[in-house]
Amino acid sequence: MPKLSSAKKSRPRRPHSALIFGDLWEYDPAPETADPKLKPRYELFIGGKFVAPAGGQYRDSINPANERKLAEIAQADATDVDAAYAAAQKAYETVWGRLAGRERAKYLYRIARLLQDRAREFAVAETMDNGKPIRETRDFDVPTAAAHFFYHAGWADKLEYVAPGRRMAPLGVVGQVIPWNFPLLMLSWKIAPALATGNCVVIKPATNTSITAVKLAEIFQDAGLPPGVVNVITGPGATGGVIMAHPTAAKIAFTGSTEVGKIIMRSVAGGDKRMTMELGGKAANIVFDDAPIDQAVEGIVNGIFFNQGQVCCAGSRLLVHESVADAVVAKLKTRLRVLRVGDPLDKNTDVGAIVSRAQLDTIQGYLEAGVKEGAEMWQPPCRLPTKGFFMPPTIFTGVQQSHRIAREEIFGPVLAILTFRTVDEAIEKANNTAYGLSAGVWTDKGSRILKMSTELKAGVVWANTFNKFDPTSPFGGYKESGFGREGGRQGLLDYARLV
Amino acid sequence: MAATSSASFRRLFDEVGPVDAVGVEERVAKFAARSIKKRAKLFGLKLAVSMVDLTTLEGKDTPGKVAALCAKALHPHDEADVPPVAAVCVYPAMVRPARRVLGPISPVRIASVATAFPSGQSPLKIRLAEVRQAVADGADEIDMVINRGAFLAGEFARLQDEIAAVSEARGAATLKVILETSELETYDNIRAASWLAMRVIRAGDFIKTSTGKTSLNATPGNNQVMLEAIRDFYLATGTAISMKPAGGIRTAKQALQFLVAVKETLGDAWLTNRRYRFGASSLLNDLLRQIAKEKSGAYQAPYYFSEAAESY
Amino acid sequence: MSRLPITKTPKAYVGGAFIRSESGRTFPLQDAAGNFFGNIPQCTRKDLRNAVEAAAKAGPGWARRTPYNRGQILYRLGEMLEARAGEMADALRLGGASRAAAAREVTATIDRLIYYAGWTDKYEQVLGNVNPVAAPYFNFTVTEPMGIVGVIAPAAPALLGLASLVAPVVASGNTVVALASEVQPYPAIVLGEMLATSDLPGGVVNLLTGFRAELVPTFATHAHLRALSAVADAGERQTLALGAVESVKRTRFIKAEEKYDWFADSAQGLYAIRDFLEFKTTWHPIGA
Repeated sequence: MPKLSSAKKSRPRRPHSALIFGDLWEYDPAPETADPKLKPRYELFIGGKFVAPAGGQYRDSINPANERKLAEIAQADATDVDAAYAAAQKAYETVWGRLAGRERAKYLYRIARLLQDRAREFAVAETMDNGKPIRETRDFDVPTAAAHFFYHAGWADKLEYVAPGRRMAPLGVVGQVIPWNFPLLMLSWKIAPALATGNCVVIKPATNTSITAVKLAEIFQDAGLPPGVVNVITGPGATGGVIMAHPTAAKIAFTGSTEVGKIIMRSVAGGDKRMTMELGGKAANIVFDDAPIDQAVEGIVNGIFFNQGQVCCAGSRLLVHESVADAVVAKLKTRLRVLRVGDPLDKNTDVGAIVSRAQLDTIQGYLEAGVKEGAEMWQPPCRLPTKGFFMPPTIFTGVQQSHRIAREEIFGPVLAILTFRTVDEAIEKANNTAYGLSAGVWTDKGSRILKMSTELKAGVVWANTFNKFDPTSPFGGYKESGFGREGGRQGLLDYARLV
Repeated sequence: MAATSSASFRRLFDEVGPVDAVGVEERVAKFAARSIKKRAKLFGLKLAVSMVDLTTLEGKDTPGKVAALCAKALHPHDEADVPPVAAVCVYPAMVRPARRVLGPISPVRIASVATAFPSGQSPLKIRLAEVRQAVADGADEIDMVINRGAFLAGEFARLQDEIAAVSEARGAATLKVILETSELETYDNIRAASWLAMRVIRAGDFIKTSTGKTSLNATPGNNQVMLEAIRDFYLATGTAISMKPAGGIRTAKQALQFLVAVKETLGDAWLTNRRYRFGASSLLNDLLRQIAKEKSGAYQAPYYFSEAAESY
Repeated sequence: MSRLPITKTPKAYVGGAFIRSESGRTFPLQDAAGNFFGNIPQCTRKDLRNAVEAAAKAGPGWARRTPYNRGQILYRLGEMLEARAGEMADALRLGGASRAAAAREVTATIDRLIYYAGWTDKYEQVLGNVNPVAAPYFNFTVTEPMGIVGVIAPAAPALLGLASLVAPVVASGNTVVALASEVQPYPAIVLGEMLATSDLPGGVVNLLTGFRAELVPTFATHAHLRALSAVADAGERQTLALGAVESVKRTRFIKAEEKYDWFADSAQGLYAIRDFLEFKTTWHPIGA
C-alpha cells in the first residue's frame, strides 16, 4: 500500500497537493464477447429482398479501432436507387398507404421488440463499425434506437391528435441520408416517424458505417414488414445525392454537415420536395459561478467527449464565468486523467476510436490551427493503441471568439474554452455563431435557466445536463444547423401533409 | 457576533457550492458499469477486506460476542489468504473486552462509537466524557456523530465547535465524524457538512456517512459527494482526510463499486485502509466468498462463509 | 379409460397474488351447457379494503415509472393475451358466446391494450402545455395521476369492457381496484394470470369477483379511492354518486341501461385517460 506523503507543515507557502491516478489498481481487460454475427458481404435491401448492386461494386468496411476489414458493402448506383424508389412507391400505393394506423403500429412494435432481442449483437456490430465504446452502444445507442421505434409505433393510430384542426396524411415516399456518428440511432430517428405517419422509405446509411443498417433490414424481414416499405441503399456519397434529388421522393431528410446540406438544398431548389435538414453545430456549454461544479464538469465531459465528440450537438465551446474558470479547468483536467481511451470493445473504455483516418486527419488539422492561433492545448497522458484511429481528449484554453477552433465544427474530442463575465456577455458569445443546434446552461438559479433558455438561439437547451435524448423530445436546430425537428409531436409534422 | 459568524458560514457554503443530485447519480452509475475481472477483482476484494471496520453495535452485545468478532477480524477465513480487517467497531462498553482479546498491540484497531451514538441527543458534557472513557479503555479510533439538529437549524458554529471539542477530547485516537447522511437528506447538505467537519479535524481523521441505524445509509451517491469534498479540501489545503461509508454495503459487488469511485475520484493514495474504510458486518463474508470464487473458479455457496441463521 | 383433467381453482388477483375471499365464500359458476365449472371467490368489502391497500402500496412506484416503461408493460400484457388468445376465448365461451364472437372480443381487447400502451408517453404532449401568461413567468401545466381508482365493469362484454376501463386508468400511473362482471367473472380470473406475467408490479391492478349489490356501496364510500369509473344502472349510479360526495371522488359513468358499442373506435381515446388525471400548473420567473 502506498504511504502517505510526508507532512507539509514545514512548508511556508501553500502546499502543493496532487492526486495520483496511477496503476496501483489496474482494471484488467474486459472485452465484450457477444458475437456480432457479421456476414462477409452485405447486399442492398430493395423490395424486401437482399439484392446485389447493379454495378457489382463493393467497398470494404473497416474497423477503426484496428484497421481490419469487417465486411464488404454493396455500392449502389443510380439504377439501384431507381429500383428502390419504384419498390417504395409500389409498397406505398398498394399496401402501406392503405393500411390502418393500428396495423402499421404493430410492425413498428415488432421491429422495436426484435431489436431489443438482438440488442447485444447490434451493439457489438455498431462498436466495431464506428469505433465508439461498447458501453455507449450497449447502454445508449441500441436501447434508444429501440425506444424510438416503440414510441413512434404508438402514434401510428393516434395521428388525429397531433395537428389540432387538421388531418395528417402521408407524403408518399421519403428519401433519407444519414451520417456515420450514430448509424443505428439515426436509422431509427428517420425510419420510425416516416413509417408511423404512413410513408415508405429509401434510406442511405453513411458510406463508412453501413453494417447495422443492413442488419436492421434483417429485422424488417423477421418482422414481416411488407416488401418495399423500407429500402436500404448502401453506397458512396454520390449515391446519397441521387437519392436526395430523385423525382419520386415527396420529401427528403438529411442529417450531416452543413456544407453537404447546402449542396443538397441547391440540388433540389425550385422543386416541390419537402425537406428537413439536421446539420452541424458549435454549441456553447455555459457554466455560471453558482453552478454545481463537479456535475458541470461531468456535463462538459459528456458534452464533448461522448461519442468522441463526433456529435452535431456536442458542447464544443465551454463558456465559463471568469471567477470560476481556473477551478473548472483544474477539475476538468483532473477528470480527464481518469477517462479511459482504448479498445472500444473493452467494457471499461470511455473514449473509443475516431471513425476514419480522414476524420482523424481533419481533427489533427484543427489542433495545429488552434496552437498556431495562440490557444494553449492540453491533453491528459494516455496510452493509445498502436493501430487504429485514436487520439486523446483535448482542451484548449486561451481561446478567442475569432479563432477557427471557436468557430468551425471540428467533430472530434476537442474543447475550446472561453470566459465571460455577465449573463448578457454569455448570451452574446453563445449566439455569435452561424450554428444554432444546442446549448448547455449550468447554474443553481432557476430564473436564470429560463432566461438563458429564452435568449439562446438553439433548438435544444440543456440545463444542468447535456447530451440527453429521448424519443418524446423534439430535436433540431436554428440557423445553419438546419430546420425541422425529430422526435416528439413536432417531429411527426415533418412527415405528413396537413389536410 | 452571530451575524458575522452566520455570514461567514454563508460564504463558506457559497464557495463549497451546490450539488445536482441527478448529475451525481449519473456519475456514479458509470462506476457501476466498470467491469472488474480476474487479477483486478482479486486485488480489489482483498483491498476491501483490509478496509473493513468489522462492526457489532447491538444492545445484546456481550464480551463473548466481541471476542468472536475480534477473532474473525484477525483471521477472517481459514483457507483464504487474506489480510486482517482494519478494525473492529463496538460500543464504548465493549472496548475493554476487545482490548483484552486483541492485546496492547494488534494489526486490528479498536474503533469505538461515542457521543451518544447513534442519535447524539445527550448533553455535550456527557458526550465528551464518553469519548474520554472509550479512549482511556483502549480505543484507537472514535466514531462520533454530529449534531444534526444543529445543522438543520442553521447553528453551524455550534455544530463545528462540538466537533472541535470532541477532537480535543479524543487525544491521540483517530476521529471519524459521522454526518448521518439520511438525516441531512440533500447532497448540498452533505457536502456542506463535510466541509464544516474537515475544517476542524486532523489529517488522517475520517468523515463517515452514517450510523447504520437508519433505513438509508451509505450509497454510491453520498459516497461520491463526500469523496469530492475530501478531494477539494485536500487540493485546497493539503490536508488529506479519510472516508468511511457505513451501513448498507452488503455485497462484494457493491464494495468494488465504491472502490472504483475512490480510484477515479481520489486516486491511488486513497486506496489504503488508512484513507478508506467500510463500516460493515455481513460484507466481510461476501468478500471472502468472492475471493474463494476467484481462486477456485467455481461459484461458492454462502453457507461456507456466512453466519446467517437461515441457511438454504 | 380416458384421462381425468385437473380442474383449475379460480382465484381473484389482488396485490400480485391469487387469493380466495377473506370470508372464504364462493359462488358456483356454470358453463354454457349448465354444467358446474368452478367456484368463484365471493369477495367482500374487506377484500375490497385489502385491495385498496395493495393498490396504495404499489401506487407511488407505478407512478414514478417512466411512461416508456409503463407502455412496455401494457404492450407485454397484449403479448401475453395474444399468446393465450385461445384460452381466453374459451373463458368467454363459458357465457354462451360463439367461437367467432369470443375470438372477436379477444382480438378487440388485445388491440385496445396495445392502443393504450401507445399513449403512455404521448398524452402529456397533447394534454399538457405551456401557458403564455402576460408576465415574465414560465408557466406550465402538467398532468398527474390521481391515485387509486375504483372500476366497476359491465356484465358484458366481460373481457373487453373490463380492459377498456382499466387500461386508460393505469396507463398514466393510477392504480386500480376493479369489480369484474358478476355473471361472467371467469375471463377476469384469466386476465389476472396474464397481468401477473406481464411485468406489471403487484397491486397496480386488482381484480375482485363477487356481487355488485354487496360491493358497490363500499366502492362508493371508501375514501382512499380517488375516482370511480363505472358501468352502472340508475340505482347504482345514485349510490355511487352519493357515496362519492364525502371524499369528493371524481366519477365517470357509462349508463348500463343504454346501448354502448365497446368495439367501436369511439370506445377508446385520449379522454378516457384524461378523465383520471389531475392538472398542475407551476409558475417560475424568467430573469437573470
